[in-house]
Amino acid sequence: MKKESFIKRYWLVVLCGLVIGAAAVVLTALGNPKNMGFCIACFLRDIAGATHLHSAGVVQYFRPEIVGIVVGAMLMALVGKEFKPKGGSSPILRFTLGAAVMVGALVFLGCPLRMVIRIGGGDLNAIVGLVGFILGILIGILFLKKGFSLGRAYKQSKVEGLTFPVMLTFGFILTFIGVTFFAVSEKGPGSMHAPWYIALGIGLIVGALAQKSRLCMVGGIRDAVLFKEFGLLAAFVGILVAVLVGNLITGNLNFGFEGQPIAHTEWLWNLLGMTVVGWGCTLLGGCPLRQLILAGEGNSDSAITVLGMVAGAAAAHTLKTASSADGTGANGPVAVIACLVFILIVSVTHLRKEQ
Amino acid sequence: MIDARGLACPLPVIQVQRAIEKSHPDTLEVLVDNKPAVQNVTRFANHAGYAVEVKELEDDEFSLTLTKA
Repeated sequence: MKKESFIKRYWLVVLCGLVIGAAAVVLTALGNPKNMGFCIACFLRDIAGATHLHSAGVVQYFRPEIVGIVVGAMLMALVGKEFKPKGGSSPILRFTLGAAVMVGALVFLGCPLRMVIRIGGGDLNAIVGLVGFILGILIGILFLKKGFSLGRAYKQSKVEGLTFPVMLTFGFILTFIGVTFFAVSEKGPGSMHAPWYIALGIGLIVGALAQKSRLCMVGGIRDAVLFKEFGLLAAFVGILVAVLVGNLITGNLNFGFEGQPIAHTEWLWNLLGMTVVGWGCTLLGGCPLRQLILAGEGNSDSAITVLGMVAGAAAAHTLKTASSADGTGANGPVAVIACLVFILIVSVTHLRKEQ
Repeated sequence: MIDARGLACPLPVIQVQRAIEKSHPDTLEVLVDNKPAVQNVTRFANHAGYAVEVKELEDDEFSLTLTKA
């Protein structure tokens, strides 16, 4: 059998990684918060705030990037005949796992994408997060190998598959035609944003590319460990290279633990927060970005997961479990432990013996 | 035969991996219902020394026949 070269097989994943890294740098230069140019957890948290699900005044904005990613993935899936609505695999568990992943991400302060973007900005706390993330994925893999499954998904109607992308688009239109129902931060990270049309456009491009390349931050490490398949890991390299180069050009590279933008130095909770993310996402079958892409492809299990993440963000800010630059929230550590216990229960109760 | 329809990533590949490691069958039929699963199972099977024939069935389903090379 002829062997394809690595680049030939994975050029799309590398390209997608480079585009995400470049998007982070460009969006930051145009207004998004530092090292938060492109972060699914942060964007969903801001949407939770915009829709009044929490009242943390500094993180409220209906992020057009999220709308772009989901709609971009949907359009690409429609073009490629991969828009296949399905769902019905443990929806409420997926919702709750999504919420737990978000609680973990907001203790660390970032999704796996922002973790790599933070590393590319010189934030060494994110290396600690990466260790926790890998640890979580390894634990998840142990359960996958023992037969973990949330059960089968089944074919659903087109309307079921379209509801989530259409709902997001509707929310976006309401926000930007000036309906004042949604909240917008006047200070803090939520007030910092690139012009909406650029954010939307970049979201569309990333969504389309990620759908085509199947980029997944969890899948990269998972497949490398499970199957010695290193292709999806190329995304890490792509993002890192683009962000490093971008930060060198814009002068935003600053190595260290202290004083990093929207980050804290409590290493244990940075580590365990990302363990929750890695483990939870391994059970869910993909990272937060991948969930958005699958939701765009009509997968209502993933749409439910994303809604769970939004609910998790709302809970994190209402129950004071989210961190800030000052450190972990008052209830952050106990929330991380509760999430780990919950994910462990889901893991051990869903081991299926049959093939 | 492995019916991996409706299973989330990476369960189809894990099921194939388990079956191959357990009994090293000469042939193995796998049913999946999405293109990423087709690609992932094919890639894994090729690494494990199996040739793969993909047949598209109705309703966006695929039947993969793995044969020991």
